[in-house]
Amino acid sequence: MKVSRKFLNDYIDINGISTQNLADRLVSVGNEYDSVSKFVPATNLVIGHVVECEMHPDSKKLHICKIDLGDEIVQIVCGAPNMRKGLKVIVARVGANLPGGVIKKAKLAGYESNGMVCAFSELGIPHKFLRKEDIEGIYELPEDAPVGEDPLKYLGLDDEVIDFDFTSNRADMLSMIGIAYETGAAYEKDIKLPENECEEIAEDVNDIYKIDVKTDKCMAYLGKMVRGVKVGESPEFIRNRLMASDIRPINNVVDISNYVMLEYGTPLHFFDADKLGNKVIVRNARDDEEIVTLDGISRKLDESDIVIANDKEAVALAGVMGGLDTEVTNETKNIFIECAIFDKTSVRVTSKKILRSESSNRFEKGIDPNRILPAIKRAAYLLNKYASGSVLKGVTGVDKTSKDDKVVKVTLDKINKVLGMNLTKEDVIDSLERLKFKVSFKDGEFTVLVPTRRLDVNIREDIIEEVGRIYGYDKIKGVLPEVSIRCGGRSKLEEMNRTLGDKLIGLGLNQVLTYSLLSDRQSSLFNDDKNKVYLLNPMSEDRKVLRTTLLASLLEVFEYNYAHNAESVNIFETASVYFTDDNYSEKPRIAGLMYGDYMVNAWEGVKVWVNFYTLKGVLTSVFDYLGLGSRLKFEAAERKDMHPYRCANILIGREVIGYMGQVHPNVCDKEVYVFELDTDKIMNQKVKNIKYKEYSKYPSVSKDLAFLVPKDMKSEDILEVIKRSAGRLLSDAFVFDVYEGDGVSDGMKSIAYNLTFTSFDRTLSDEEVNKITENVVKNVHDKLGVNLR
Amino acid sequence: MIDELKDIKNEALDEIKKASDEKELNELRTKYLGKKGKVSLMTKQMGTLSVDEKKEFGKALNEIKGEITEVLEEAMKKAKEKALNERLESEKIDVTLPGVSALSGGMHPLMKVVEEVEDLFISMGFDVASGPEMEEDLYNFEKLNLPKNHPARDDQDSFYITAERLLRTQTSAMQARVMEGNKEKTEIRVICPGKTYRRDDDDATHSHQFTQIEGLMVGENISLAHLKGVLEVFVRRLFGEDREIRLRPNYFPFTEPSLEIDVSCFSCGGKGCNICKGTGWIEILGGGMVHPNVLRGCGYDPDKFTGFAFGIGPERVAMLKYGINDIRSFYTNDLRFLKEFNRVESGVYNESK
Repeated sequence: MKVSRKFLNDYIDINGISTQNLADRLVSVGNEYDSVSKFVPATNLVIGHVVECEMHPDSKKLHICKIDLGDEIVQIVCGAPNMRKGLKVIVARVGANLPGGVIKKAKLAGYESNGMVCAFSELGIPHKFLRKEDIEGIYELPEDAPVGEDPLKYLGLDDEVIDFDFTSNRADMLSMIGIAYETGAAYEKDIKLPENECEEIAEDVNDIYKIDVKTDKCMAYLGKMVRGVKVGESPEFIRNRLMASDIRPINNVVDISNYVMLEYGTPLHFFDADKLGNKVIVRNARDDEEIVTLDGISRKLDESDIVIANDKEAVALAGVMGGLDTEVTNETKNIFIECAIFDKTSVRVTSKKILRSESSNRFEKGIDPNRILPAIKRAAYLLNKYASGSVLKGVTGVDKTSKDDKVVKVTLDKINKVLGMNLTKEDVIDSLERLKFKVSFKDGEFTVLVPTRRLDVNIREDIIEEVGRIYGYDKIKGVLPEVSIRCGGRSKLEEMNRTLGDKLIGLGLNQVLTYSLLSDRQSSLFNDDKNKVYLLNPMSEDRKVLRTTLLASLLEVFEYNYAHNAESVNIFETASVYFTDDNYSEKPRIAGLMYGDYMVNAWEGVKVWVNFYTLKGVLTSVFDYLGLGSRLKFEAAERKDMHPYRCANILIGREVIGYMGQVHPNVCDKEVYVFELDTDKIMNQKVKNIKYKEYSKYPSVSKDLAFLVPKDMKSEDILEVIKRSAGRLLSDAFVFDVYEGDGVSDGMKSIAYNLTFTSFDRTLSDEEVNKITENVVKNVHDKLGVNLR
Repeated sequence: MIDELKDIKNEALDEIKKASDEKELNELRTKYLGKKGKVSLMTKQMGTLSVDEKKEFGKALNEIKGEITEVLEEAMKKAKEKALNERLESEKIDVTLPGVSALSGGMHPLMKVVEEVEDLFISMGFDVASGPEMEEDLYNFEKLNLPKNHPARDDQDSFYITAERLLRTQTSAMQARVMEGNKEKTEIRVICPGKTYRRDDDDATHSHQFTQIEGLMVGENISLAHLKGVLEVFVRRLFGEDREIRLRPNYFPFTEPSLEIDVSCFSCGGKGCNICKGTGWIEILGGGMVHPNVLRGCGYDPDKFTGFAFGIGPERVAMLKYGINDIRSFYTNDLRFLKEFNRVESGVYNESK
């Protein structure tokens, strides 16, 4: 909310306090602001008197003018069509800083020009506030404008504006009076309320209008009437204050309704009384009822909306917008003023559906029941004073609201316990009295009378906050709580994620963090889950569905980095995936992607390029670390969007816990390998704690066996036979060579295993080991039909 | 004959001196001391000598043999040394050539911050808890004193999944879950990190997905001064020992009083610079005393219990701590960005800063 310094100064004397100081002081009591600025940013302006004005000899547009600036007469070349001798104008001196740039001494069409005569539009007044004449020509000041003086001061535009960002609980801050009270509390000052008593004519509004409130969503509805208004331009102070508050001046009548809303925080609505008729009904709208609002749009309503109606039809959408048919126009003579309190929620629902306005914003947050009467009187007062209206006697309507202060009790002990301070009774009373709350103290307990304008203060904790913020939180000294020692810790899942992450980081992968929301296309990669979670109100097609796998996101990270010339991409993420089943379940996953160089030393010719086996090695290392290495298995598998012959399910024992492999070239044409594991399934494994086992003190014996086997025979099938037939002395067995080509016939491969034998009670003899290996070779032959190479 | 021996000796010593390597020396050993070597051959001439002469000759022979052996061994040792030195020299390498580059992985900077915060609070006896991201309106809003159609809901434009379920807009949802879940209604110390979502357009300072760490401490005598004390520990750990904090009143529906917490600028120390926009203070997190309605709604008697809650934005902390100026960097995962964080910080060194 933009707060004009001049406007605020009408209700509290802030002379002598800089605008910046005011803003900062209000921050310290809890009101943030975005900016402090001059309403008109132009500098170095002066009122000039055009003493000579001649047309340029070679131009049909340019005038050569001599302008009296009070302390000097300068020559300025000016192209404005309305420039003429005798005018009082706004002159930007040489050196003036205008939004369009700094004014410099210049030569225009051969003539020296020492400054610029300004149009309103050149001063930096927001464009929306400018009239046609403000843009088309230079601004013509009144004849009595004092030459040599500051034109902004003369025009009342030398204002400064604080753009506050008030918190949504402070409905009272949406009014100048409310801000004045807050400023008063901050600086210990009193405030002054606007004048609203004026002479009224004998005719009584109650004799003309009957208000019929037929809905419980209207707590108060007041009406007052003004006759014979003359619609015209508002006085300068109203126009300026509205503009500084970011509201466009329209005419005196409309402006007054906005002006009073800004003063009191109470939205008003002015009806053209002659179009309204004599009957005013406040009721719930009927389903499918229609109303054409001020903006000319036909709106379809339902029972949740509140309308103001006359005896024929709905004439306004309560709290949100007036109707077109009863709108105040330039021809309007008689005005019916409405000032009401409608149900917050109802206005909020309607305005969300139709239009958020200054008015609906205030209704949603709440209206002070003690402000509606003074506000409606203030509007009548201003219409009388600035629109020549005659104010009818009395106020008509219904008011069911309580005007009483709220009573809140709180003990000094409680205040000090919550704040952790040692305030005295006097400290508390002083803070609350600065807020103009009435306080009494008896038996250690305060009784606080909270004025109705503070809709946000209702319970003792609210009082504690008021005391704290006015007394000053900066006076609280931080202390650590004295509590019993206890062990904090992470959940099992967090520990598992950290374990997995630490290991993968050690193996050279970088952790990434990606978005949970995907596009339809991305979300269908690597899965065809039917139970995906879609948003009701996505912001874009790109982010509309929650992911059921992390792989699409990792692929996106790969593509980004590949496009930015990364030679290798080795990444992982631990995150949840989302399903509709089991009442919207979230399941933890860990996934990774590897591409490019894994280990390189170019000049030495060392190069380990990521392939299936690199990734398999990485995963094996992870599972060894988890103590699951001996139960880990990889089985060829087919998976959506994976290379059909380079993909494997990952198993612990017989349970599939994830998969790995190369991404299908249709999805990514680079050789990219990925894995995804179900963290829950890893966590559900049973792993024993480490128990030290004595190692053998006797030397091991190692033997190599190379078999000639059909090309598609799986190495593990052979290994299994070896393990089963080698007996207890076999301590390790692994493939150390796979060979196809010269010396091996087509369709065959040579596969060589290294077997290690160890005994815990003796040194093994060659004969003993040879006997075992002979048996192994025989078994492999018998079971698989293959022979030693 | 003795003279002959002396000649042999001189000849041998001379040749040993000239020998250049182990191989030549071995040959000389054979030539002089071997079974058929020159010295051994001399013994065969002893037969012609008298007993006394034999005695004298034998003595001289042993002396010469000893002398040659000694010199030979000495030479041998030197030759070996020389050979080794030559070998080592031939193995000389350029130590400035690069080594094998194994991959260096690392933690995401945001997760680093989260982990650091977790570790700190765990050390003060806090548990780390996590909860659903697809949260019920009940926990995300209603139990936090934000009934339907509350104007403050506007501050958090939400992604809805159903009318009653949404992507949580704040980890504060966990406040209600943790308090409600504690059936014994005993003291609580917990932090809840996690993903949160709001319908904001992504730009340099907004992200539709972001991270929060909720902190909650409930007990029989918890005060705002305690919140300040605990947060002082926090900001000093993350931003340096000299940091101060400032509490500024603010509004959150689920805390009363509510506060914004500023930390004295770690860049200029409070004098004012462009990081703190000249104010000397940087807004770092929000918090306050748990609203009695929230306590009551979760089964805690607000006359007996009080509590503080706060919400840390790890993105903001990381941006300030590391000087990152675009929040989207965390989610783009440019490896050049990520790899800048693949190392430890000053905390492990004697001289920190």
